[in-house]
Amino acid sequence: MTAVLPGEAGMRLARQPAVGVRELGVRRGDREILREVSFDVPAGSWVCVIGPNGAGKTTLMHAVAGLVPFEGAVMLSGKRLDAYRRRERARLVALVPQQPVIPQAMSVDGYVLLGRTPHLGLLGAEGREDVIAVRTVLERLELGWATERRLDTLSGGELQRVVLARALAQDAPLLLLDEPTTGLDLGHQIDVLELIDELRREDGLSVLSTMHDLTLAGRFADRFALLSQGRLVAEGTRSEVLDAATIAEHFGAGVRIIGDGEIGWAVVPVSQRREPRP
Amino acid sequence: MSRMTRSVVIGVGVLAVSAIVGVLVGPVHIAPGDALRWFVSFGHLPSGMSEQDAAILSNLRLPRVVVAGLVGASLSASGAAYQGVFRNPLADPYLLGAAAGAGLGATIAVAFGPETAFAVTVPFAAFVGAIVGVGLAYLLGRSSLGGRSATSLVLGGIAVASFLTALQTFIQQQRAETLRQVYSWILGRLGTSGWDDVRIALPSVLVALTTLWTVRRLLDVIEVGDLEAESLGLNVARLRMIVVIAASLATAAAVSVAGLIGFVGIIVPHTVRILSGASYRSVLPLSMLFGASFLILTDVVARTAVAPAEIPIGVLTALVGAPFFVFALRRGARVT
Repeated sequence: MTAVLPGEAGMRLARQPAVGVRELGVRRGDREILREVSFDVPAGSWVCVIGPNGAGKTTLMHAVAGLVPFEGAVMLSGKRLDAYRRRERARLVALVPQQPVIPQAMSVDGYVLLGRTPHLGLLGAEGREDVIAVRTVLERLELGWATERRLDTLSGGELQRVVLARALAQDAPLLLLDEPTTGLDLGHQIDVLELIDELRREDGLSVLSTMHDLTLAGRFADRFALLSQGRLVAEGTRSEVLDAATIAEHFGAGVRIIGDGEIGWAVVPVSQRREPRP
Repeated sequence: MSRMTRSVVIGVGVLAVSAIVGVLVGPVHIAPGDALRWFVSFGHLPSGMSEQDAAILSNLRLPRVVVAGLVGASLSASGAAYQGVFRNPLADPYLLGAAAGAGLGATIAVAFGPETAFAVTVPFAAFVGAIVGVGLAYLLGRSSLGGRSATSLVLGGIAVASFLTALQTFIQQQRAETLRQVYSWILGRLGTSGWDDVRIALPSVLVALTTLWTVRRLLDVIEVGDLEAESLGLNVARLRMIVVIAASLATAAAVSVAGLIGFVGIIVPHTVRILSGASYRSVLPLSMLFGASFLILTDVVARTAVAPAEIPIGVLTALVGAPFFVFALRRGARVT
């Protein structure tokens, strides 16, 4: 379903990063939310932004989506973010927010159709191809049965997939996922993450996400950017960023990392105050 | 046939029937056959019809039905548009202070302006007043009452409406010689509607409703909130401005020719949502169609229920509208 423009395909071949964050700074009033953050999202990769509460993760996602004013630069497919027009930008970046606003009475297909907004003329109505794009995305996320359901009749897991479907309907090569597994039980968390991973591999999407669960983040993402108090304190692969000492320092939590063994990689919390209960 | 196409066909049908009822019902009985023959002869007097009957049709009934239709369509579409753009099920030209602002503007124009230019000054002053009213309500509801909730905007609107209405009363008192003129107009002027009113309202209504109809799809995008709508490539601030201006223009046109008629902007869009779903792609056009029909039929009731006297149409819409407002409040409370 993803129609990649020849120009963008060419850029990808040239191995240009999907996103280049350069000396990014965001202020809100007197407060400095982000300061001098620089990292890349290589094309086709999954980069996960981690960090304690209030580190500036969501603000970073909003800055890359062009939704908050910032200093420095965000490069998108090699071009400055502010050089794109609003609708062009929305055709390149799709955001799944942490707490999406759900218009309760809207139907599932009506909601997913909103993802086609940047592809329509300002006054244009949706055409056949938009309807087909919506149907294709819904089928692919196994939501075909829910097309005409109202959003307020869906469960949390179904709703999360519907929001993801709207982002995919945008047909953008970059997917921003702000805590895509919030409020989901373990089974649904893994379902959603595996789905994202599959979509990324099949369509060549680049993914920039935030995640709280370090174990799940470590299993799915290729690279990690650790934010703490608005600064980037570590960036790289799992073994470069996710070690017990770094996590203890920035999250204030004692953990042990279980390496690749039979049960796979995991971050396990250990109590700092008392011995584990028998 | 899709649900929407079916609803539009029904809406056009209902409007046609309402218009026919509106033209035929009145103290003087005119046979439907005569009315039809008069209508298809384009103003020439058909045989067997008295000149007086023809005059009733052409100078009283028909313009009154057209004005009622324009006013109903404008108030309903404005209500739906305000509801969309403020994401607030309780928004309505009347409750937002738009109508009161338009009323104040029009009163100033009547009290201080030259009578010969009323056709221009009244709608223009009403438009300016409507924009000021909504703007104040929006700012108040957002800042002072510290809320993004549906009720804070309406509370702001009520405060603004009370203030502007007080100003309007003050001006009326100061300019006693125009008191009667203004007063009869406030009560709702459908009783004296003529082709002049159609001429005053039609240009604004056409511009405003065409604009709203054009952006109806984008009102669905705003439903997901400003941030997400921006992420979908929408310029939310600009759209909000366009919609508020268009809806206020429609409100001002309606108030200029018909005075203050409340709750139409709540009753009609909410009924339409129940019938055809929540998407503004259908809510907006259907609000126009059913709004026109609703006011035409309400006017028929207003002029026949206690004939030969007339009930002010605003009294009737409030009788239906106030309970409906409670209904919308309960629906809205569940959403927010």
